[in-house]
Amino acid sequence: MRAWLQHHRLSLVQTLARLARSPFATALNVVAIGVALALPLGAYCLLGNLERVSGRVSVDPQLSIFLARDAAKADIAAVEARLKGAQGVRAVRFVSRDAALAELSRSAGMDEAIAGLRHNPLPDAFVVTLSSSDTALADGLEHEFRSLPKVDRVLADAAWVRRLDALLRLGRTAVVVLSVLLGLSLVAVTFNTIRLQILTQRDEIELCRLIGATHAYIRRPFFYLGSLLGLLGGLAALAIVLAALAVLNRDWVQLALLYGSTLRLRFPDSSEMLAALAFSVALGWLGAYLSVSRHLLSSHTDL
Amino acid sequence: MAIISFSQVSKRYPGGFEALKAVSFAVESGEMLFLTGHSGAGKTTLLKLIAAIERANGGTVLVNGQNVSAMRPAAIPYLRRNLGLVFQGQKLLHDRSVFDNVMLPLIVTGQPYREAARRARAALDKVGLLRLEKANPVTLSGGEQQRLCVARAVVNRPAIVLADEPTASLDAAYADEIMEMFSAFNQVGVTVLIATHDRQLIGKWRKRVLTLDHGKLQ
Repeated sequence: MRAWLQHHRLSLVQTLARLARSPFATALNVVAIGVALALPLGAYCLLGNLERVSGRVSVDPQLSIFLARDAAKADIAAVEARLKGAQGVRAVRFVSRDAALAELSRSAGMDEAIAGLRHNPLPDAFVVTLSSSDTALADGLEHEFRSLPKVDRVLADAAWVRRLDALLRLGRTAVVVLSVLLGLSLVAVTFNTIRLQILTQRDEIELCRLIGATHAYIRRPFFYLGSLLGLLGGLAALAIVLAALAVLNRDWVQLALLYGSTLRLRFPDSSEMLAALAFSVALGWLGAYLSVSRHLLSSHTDL
Repeated sequence: MAIISFSQVSKRYPGGFEALKAVSFAVESGEMLFLTGHSGAGKTTLLKLIAAIERANGGTVLVNGQNVSAMRPAAIPYLRRNLGLVFQGQKLLHDRSVFDNVMLPLIVTGQPYREAARRARAALDKVGLLRLEKANPVTLSGGEQQRLCVARAVVNRPAIVLADEPTASLDAAYADEIMEMFSAFNQVGVTVLIATHDRQLIGKWRKRVLTLDHGKLQ
């Protein structure tokens, strides 16, 4: 047990020394891994931010029902009764044409334009909130309400949210595909780095096998090397993503201010960063495992 | 009791070359003997079969009571820890000191560092290289390098020492030095098997001789 710990410590120290001895090559490897990982990680962060924005908008589908200009009070009451009685309707809100005009005139820059109007051009309207985001339900109700007497137009407000949702789903799939591809490239980079290291230490490995080293003993330092490369690459990827988000945030804040929002790009939290590091360490380890196993299987010891 | 025994062992390399043909012999524990024959007669192959570096195509190889020809790969390292190998090509590591070269077998087998260092220095002292422990093997003479190989082979206190042409590149005085060392280890009970084609050496040391001729034991 003590000997085993001793060899683990020795492997780690030797691996660190080996990395420090060729700082340039090490740096290039770390950058290669870092950039490969930064792409999916960065995409994941941006996607998370977009989802947050879309989450602020009500995803509950709403239907706006605009009445004909000549609708009388009795017609309005009849439509309201039909809306409230329909299956799948959660809430019905009446927006009178006067209220709509008042609301519009409160919007910046609109009051002058409205003051110039001789009469109110807006129709009376109902805003109907549906009880579920089921697309078929929304479509069915939209169709039903359109045929009511004195109803001019029906608008489905949730359509763009649904489109954004679909786009985000596409984005998530793209991140997964990107992660898999670039994860493979990370395994390839460590595989090759370890292979080169094995070739430079070929004599030592062969000798160790001849004097009774187990495969586990021979693999150990290379596992450390692969895992360390993964760790350093993961740290590099985090640094790249955090720096990119910080730069983007400056422009984003400007943009958000124009829209009267104080929304900022969110940085990945500590558990996400830890997960990213664990992922890259695991991939580095895997690259090392494949590389050493291949060598141990294919090489032939000799006297 | 036989510590090494071959019965009807044959070895054919891929490509059809028959290195050993139905070889049978036994080596008693604590014996010292020579293995000789022309080059290509199968000396190195025979040593490789003992250390499980090659696998026999037929027959049985027993070492220390274990059937090497049917050994699981995972058990092979533990067999080799009982063998001290002196390689024809020396296989010294030139990226580390004389001391670290001798330390390697002890580290590989997981000895605590302090105890390992003590044993490595004792082994270096036995072959007269202790004052050169910090030197790089490249700076040693041919005779000193061979002595270093012997120190590395015995530092783990193996029961059997296998040496492949240990005196091949040495002049007579250095060769005698090496043989004295093997003889000293043999005195304390180590079984020593030396493959050599040096007839003079064999004549001088009067030990049992196994002679191979085209893969057959004479």
